[in-house]
Amino acid sequence: MNNINFRWLLQMAWRDSRKNRSRLFLFVSSIILGIAALVAIYSLGDNLRLNIDNQAATLIGADLALYSGKPVEGKAKALVDSLGKIRSEERSFASMVYFAKSGGNRLAQVKALDGDFPYYGKFETIPVSAEKTFRNGQQALVDQTLMLQYQAKVGDSIKIGNVTFAIAGILEKAPGSTGLTSTVAPSVYIPMRYLTQTGLMQKGSRVAYRYYYLFPKTTDVEKLAKRLEPRFEAGDLDYKTIQSQKEDTGRSFRDLTRFLALVGFVALLLGCIGVASAIHIYIREKLNSIAILRCLGVKASQAFLIYLIQIVGIGVIGSVLGAILGTTIQQFLPIVIKDFLPFELTTDISWLAIGQGLAIGVLISILFALPPLVSIRKVSPLNVLRVSLDSLKNDRDPLTWLLYGLIVLFVFGFSFLQMRTWIEALIFTASILASFVILYATASLLMWLVRKFFPTSWSYLWRQGLANLYRPNNQTAILVVSIGLGTALVCTLFFVQTILLDRVKLSSSGNQPNIVLFDIQESQKEAVLALAKAQHVPVNQNVAIVNMRLEEVNGKTAADFEGDTTAEQSRRIFGREYRVTFRDSLSSSEKLTKGQWKGTYKPADGLIPISLEEGFADRSRIKLGDTLVFNVQGTMMNTTVTSFREVNWGEVQTNFLVIFPTGVLEEAPQFHVMLTHVPDPQTSAVFQRAIVRQFPNISIIDLALVLRVLDDIFNKIGFVIRFMAGFSILTGLIVLIASVLISKYQRLQESVLLRTLGASRKQIFAITALEYFFLGALAALTGILLSLAGSWLLAKFSFEAEFRPEVLPVIVIFLFVSMMTVFIGLINSRGILYRPPLEVLRQDV
Amino acid sequence: MDTILDLQQVSKIYKSGDRSLTVLDNINFSITAGSTMSIVGPSGSGKTTLLGLCAGLDRATSGNVELHGTRLNGLSEDQLAAVRNQYVGFIFQNFQLLPTLTALENVMVPLELRGEKNIKPRALDLLDKVGLGERSHHYPTQLSGGEQQRVSLARAFSNKPQILFADEPTGNLDAETSEKVVKLLFDLNKEAGTTLVLVTHDLELAAKTQRIIRIKGGKLVE
Repeated sequence: MNNINFRWLLQMAWRDSRKNRSRLFLFVSSIILGIAALVAIYSLGDNLRLNIDNQAATLIGADLALYSGKPVEGKAKALVDSLGKIRSEERSFASMVYFAKSGGNRLAQVKALDGDFPYYGKFETIPVSAEKTFRNGQQALVDQTLMLQYQAKVGDSIKIGNVTFAIAGILEKAPGSTGLTSTVAPSVYIPMRYLTQTGLMQKGSRVAYRYYYLFPKTTDVEKLAKRLEPRFEAGDLDYKTIQSQKEDTGRSFRDLTRFLALVGFVALLLGCIGVASAIHIYIREKLNSIAILRCLGVKASQAFLIYLIQIVGIGVIGSVLGAILGTTIQQFLPIVIKDFLPFELTTDISWLAIGQGLAIGVLISILFALPPLVSIRKVSPLNVLRVSLDSLKNDRDPLTWLLYGLIVLFVFGFSFLQMRTWIEALIFTASILASFVILYATASLLMWLVRKFFPTSWSYLWRQGLANLYRPNNQTAILVVSIGLGTALVCTLFFVQTILLDRVKLSSSGNQPNIVLFDIQESQKEAVLALAKAQHVPVNQNVAIVNMRLEEVNGKTAADFEGDTTAEQSRRIFGREYRVTFRDSLSSSEKLTKGQWKGTYKPADGLIPISLEEGFADRSRIKLGDTLVFNVQGTMMNTTVTSFREVNWGEVQTNFLVIFPTGVLEEAPQFHVMLTHVPDPQTSAVFQRAIVRQFPNISIIDLALVLRVLDDIFNKIGFVIRFMAGFSILTGLIVLIASVLISKYQRLQESVLLRTLGASRKQIFAITALEYFFLGALAALTGILLSLAGSWLLAKFSFEAEFRPEVLPVIVIFLFVSMMTVFIGLINSRGILYRPPLEVLRQDV
Repeated sequence: MDTILDLQQVSKIYKSGDRSLTVLDNINFSITAGSTMSIVGPSGSGKTTLLGLCAGLDRATSGNVELHGTRLNGLSEDQLAAVRNQYVGFIFQNFQLLPTLTALENVMVPLELRGEKNIKPRALDLLDKVGLGERSHHYPTQLSGGEQQRVSLARAFSNKPQILFADEPTGNLDAETSEKVVKLLFDLNKEAGTTLVLVTHDLELAAKTQRIIRIKGGKLVE
């Protein structure tokens, strides 16, 4: 095509859009929010990546960090000592912290530190000097959450185990910590040299050992770590470098932004359906203009291009507006998610995200507009002589089906990019597709039913309103699909939120245990039970726990697995410490899934029958009948796996990966966990204080506090999800407005004719209201049913929870959508009602 | 004189399922360049279908239509479009102006399509000739029926067509306006020396052309 021709096409596209710009803008508005959501999320992702890259060193605080879940001894210790001169050591464990002034106590993460860690970044403290001074005496840095909770001040005392520390400063931020970690497990830093005195380093205590190194600038830490990896593994040491920290942190936030991008994409898809349906009707109205152009000698391809240019134009405008809005929204996103971030988040404009948003916006608007657009090629110039809508019937055009295929492929491709697994992307695409098919089928079925069983006895107004659903050029299918899909989406989000919150509520209700005491030594058991009895606190459960290590699997030791890449099991299963209990029956939160449960053991039975949690067995590739040797403080236990259990981890229960039968571990060194239910906060505080005073090593988990924390987290996550869902809901409303507005042009002629024939304003009003009510009600009902089915499936298979939808919100949503449709329909028809018919007739363009 | 339009054994049959409907049956006639002719007949006789075939808006089921020496039967839709733009002008009963274009732009479209330059003065001149020079920037909805048909006339003559097809050009106009439009049509036609094919059931209008052919039940009766 020569330049003049293309310029003329541009000119024609511009001229042709003249009287339709407000409508075209309406089409655009449907995609603005979707693009805004995507650009905001992509910008967030970019900024996260940038900030992680810039701040990775302060996230880890050192060049290299080594971790172990058990004391580092022997060869491993020699390796740790030989690695570098500038190093720090940290031991962290959960313990009760007692605030002397207020008398309050709470489980905290105690971190005993030796050395100058952190080497990058710093502890942010009030006063600033506390970061250094706490290392010099019997002093502690206490997390600000704890300080606030117990209204403690710098200089007050806290007791950890047997030692009293003065609070040197308030810890606002430590390397790698987030607002969330400080809510869930607030930290208290103490100098390492007081650790032994606390008396908390007893056998069975769960301690994490960490070593931090600072190397000279010339050291290639990455290379060093890679080279030492086999030796780290042999010593059961995990390691992190700045680079690996960068990758780990990046990965977790990538997952978050991908999920959010998917939510944004749904908003965009909804907008695109709006665009597609609007373009479909737009082109139908343009039929005559296209035929005239064809008559005057415009080629089919040129006519097609004129409208394609318009679509590209509105796609670009919509995308640009969306990108501007998205970039603006992005400035506020850090406020929404700041509690999840271990670092400061800057909000630079991400041109890459804007570019991606623009490209997706233009591409998707073209892709969705093409199926109605390709029908232009079939518009015969003969239409100027007699209009036939047959030329717009696309069903048999292979190109249309190809385009539908491309759209499905695009949705699949996009969701795959976000989810990174074929199966999830397939499920997502199939769900969207199924929703369309169901909604379209419902609309078609309705039209068929109305026609077949038309209620001839109804009054004229009702009949007219109903007949409008299936008359020629009706929009029933398009409106039911777009309104229905919007309703389905909004409802599903609502239901999912209810399912998640119900689960939390369930675990906090009734007589479920709300206080957990653990690390109770065998010698303390009776005294604790007596204390509980004296304070009228019922003990719901008292479970013995034996720590052990795994030595052999089917005769093979950890050393045998080393270097054996064909081994089924990971040698990781040998490194950890197992907390095991023994009992003769299954608990209420367990279900036998495979094999045979054996609750008691006699030495004559041979191998000890044990039961494994099925998920753990599956991850560790352990089968029924495998023989496992456990080391309990030097005594070897030869066991065989006789059963697998499914464990409901959601219940407040002590649950175990490995369970022994009775008759084996009774005499082994053990500690106890007790679960109690205290009726009120008052009793809880008194009981906790008594326990901490008498038994400083015992840790207490106050579930009421945990639930408050969970509630806080849910509120924060809920806010993020609601924020994103808001885009879909708003888009749904805009699509609804657009759908109703574009249908106005079709109703105009008919209503005017009715008015000309003498219909009163009231009668037209009633007919229009009824038609929109039928449409809105049907769409809402189908959407709600669709969402109920989807949510039920999600509840059953994804959340494994019961689904009990509340009736009232469902009715409210139904009424809201139906009435909104009627309201928007009537608002847009007011022109017909209040203007003389002739005026409307003359403005038929 | 040269023949500009020649129809040989032209038939048009519409198929609907198993049934077929013969709208035009074995039509033969030809027109010499520069002459005027009317096709008359009652409603449903096949006049408009015949016009559509002659102007290359539709294809015959059988037979041969030759326009300005080009056989239309074998041409693609795009080739037909090029023929229309090159040789054909149209006037329709309901004017068929592009509603989003001004009067001037409507007249300019056929010339723009040919890629011609400096077309505005010519289009304005044509609008002047039809008495609408002052209304060139008005949109179709701002014009009366008669005015719209006059813009349509200006557009039809803008690309200096060899043949002009007019489908009931006064069908939507009152008697007085009709008279003015018809006079304008014939004056412009005479001035440009264009062949005129008029489809009408108005015998008085048909009488103004040099030749009349009658059609009834899809057949030429005269």
